[in-house]
Amino acid sequence: MTPVNTLLAKELRSYFVSPVVYVVGAVFLLIVGLLAYIYIVFTGVQAIQIMQVQGQSQVNLNDLVFRNLFSSLRFVLLIVLPILTMRLFAEEKKLRTFEFLMTSPISLNEIVAGKFVSVFLLFLGLLGLTGLIPLTLALFSDFDWYPVLTGYLGLVLLGALFIAVGGLASALTENQIVAAFVSFGLLLFFWLLAGVGSLLGDTPAGQVISYLSFMEHYDHLVRGLVDTRDLVYFVSALTLMLFLTHRVVDSTRWK
Amino acid sequence: MIDVQQITKRYGQHTAIDRVTFSLAKGEVLAFLGPNGAGKTTTMRILTCFMPATEGRATVAGYDCLEQPLEVKRRIGYLPETPPVYQELTVGEYLRFVGRLRGLTGATLTSAMSREIERLGLGSVQHRLIGNLSRGYRQRVGLAQALIHDPPILILDEPTVGLDPKQIIEIRELIKSLAGSHSVILSTHILPEATAVCQRVVIISGGRIVAEDTPDRLSTRLRHSEKVALTLTRPAGDTEARLRQVDGVLHVHANGPTGHFLLESQLGKDIREEIARLAVTSNWGLVELKLISMTLEDVFLKLTRHEEGLPHGSEQAASPALTMESGKEGASA
Repeated sequence: MTPVNTLLAKELRSYFVSPVVYVVGAVFLLIVGLLAYIYIVFTGVQAIQIMQVQGQSQVNLNDLVFRNLFSSLRFVLLIVLPILTMRLFAEEKKLRTFEFLMTSPISLNEIVAGKFVSVFLLFLGLLGLTGLIPLTLALFSDFDWYPVLTGYLGLVLLGALFIAVGGLASALTENQIVAAFVSFGLLLFFWLLAGVGSLLGDTPAGQVISYLSFMEHYDHLVRGLVDTRDLVYFVSALTLMLFLTHRVVDSTRWK
Repeated sequence: MIDVQQITKRYGQHTAIDRVTFSLAKGEVLAFLGPNGAGKTTTMRILTCFMPATEGRATVAGYDCLEQPLEVKRRIGYLPETPPVYQELTVGEYLRFVGRLRGLTGATLTSAMSREIERLGLGSVQHRLIGNLSRGYRQRVGLAQALIHDPPILILDEPTVGLDPKQIIEIRELIKSLAGSHSVILSTHILPEATAVCQRVVIISGGRIVAEDTPDRLSTRLRHSEKVALTLTRPAGDTEARLRQVDGVLHVHANGPTGHFLLESQLGKDIREEIARLAVTSNWGLVELKLISMTLEDVFLKLTRHEEGLPHGSEQAASPALTMESGKEGASA
């Protein structure tokens, strides 16, 4: 095994022997299931009302269930992912294993990559379990799979970005609570930038600020629009966050 | 194996180590001796490429710590002050993880693991979570971690801290057994440990090397760095001057109350007989003449307590530094 695979395996093992991943995973799946249930029941009620008025009903599950669900999931990820990422570097520093890792024959790139990928795989696993929702719905109804899949692509990219931000926050401190709150703060800040951007409207400043927020890019994917601009945004933001994490981890050695 | 040239580490205004120079030969065991905060850990962190030096150059096994850190890291086994263990893993899992991280695989890994488990007596705890182990066991797991890839160089930061006396002896025996095949640097603030285990001792204080020698030579020197306490009831005005003229006497200090003198003599020279004869023939009323030999502890405390007046710690200055403190045993250098 290469050093990065070794680290990745160890990180995953650490997650699965601690209760955090089970608790966070259970809560995540519960909330997602509950949200899906609410939107589906709500859609059903609407369908019955429409049927009473018009005699027939054709509701759009894509609009009424999936778009709502994907929009809500942003917020769920904002809460859940910082809890998973807060330990990444903070715990190593607190328990004094950081020095061990940094004096092992593994490069800093590999450390940052191994840690990022471990949480990302965990997240993909949780996201994979939510796939039961569209699969179950597909048994009873017809909907367009394309926007559902782009929505999932959006979730994957958004999750990766959130994990990278969480990793950066964790590299900044040795206190896990602080790390979680710093990542909440950063993510909310970028969330709210979208609001500032729309306040400024169609001015150049407004456009730049809106572009900086992940909201607009994610919305496009949820609506089924796959635009290179949005993909470039996610990839470059992710790269920047991982780069900053690398720099921050490197600089802690100098202090 | 290790060559350190004039390394300095500054944290802002604070200088943690100042122009430290030393080297370590293959198979040698060297002790870094000094009080807490002397710069031992900082030096070790530079050698293990954890942090870069502000100035100076450190090479380990021929590789520069700044330029080829990965090559250096592959050849070093490092035990930091706090054993770097993951509490959520079992001892076996942890050692397997460390071994893989250092490039061991398959049968090599398995045999390395069983060798270290055997060597450090971890057999009974290998399936237990490290988080549930006592301090002593964690320290041993930390040592196993440093040894698992059989590195040519071992850097151990206070390896016997937290162990009980029996374990301390075991670990010292282990380190001794590594000498010859491995080069070892260990830091300690316990003097007997340095003398028991190491072939060479570097005394570091306030970030500077203040002495460097073999423990044998250090203690030999100390035995010979004689001081004689002399008490007279009727000292004359010229007593001090006449004492100074005795062959072999280097310094005479009027020590405390009248009639008390502290004489410093050349190495290997017993001046007591001559002094006694002089005191008696001069009728000074000799009541006490006592040899005061300095223990290693005395010198260590002296070296590390009064660092202000010391020569700055390059290697050249290091040996005479042993005899500093107003140059009492100046002849030794």
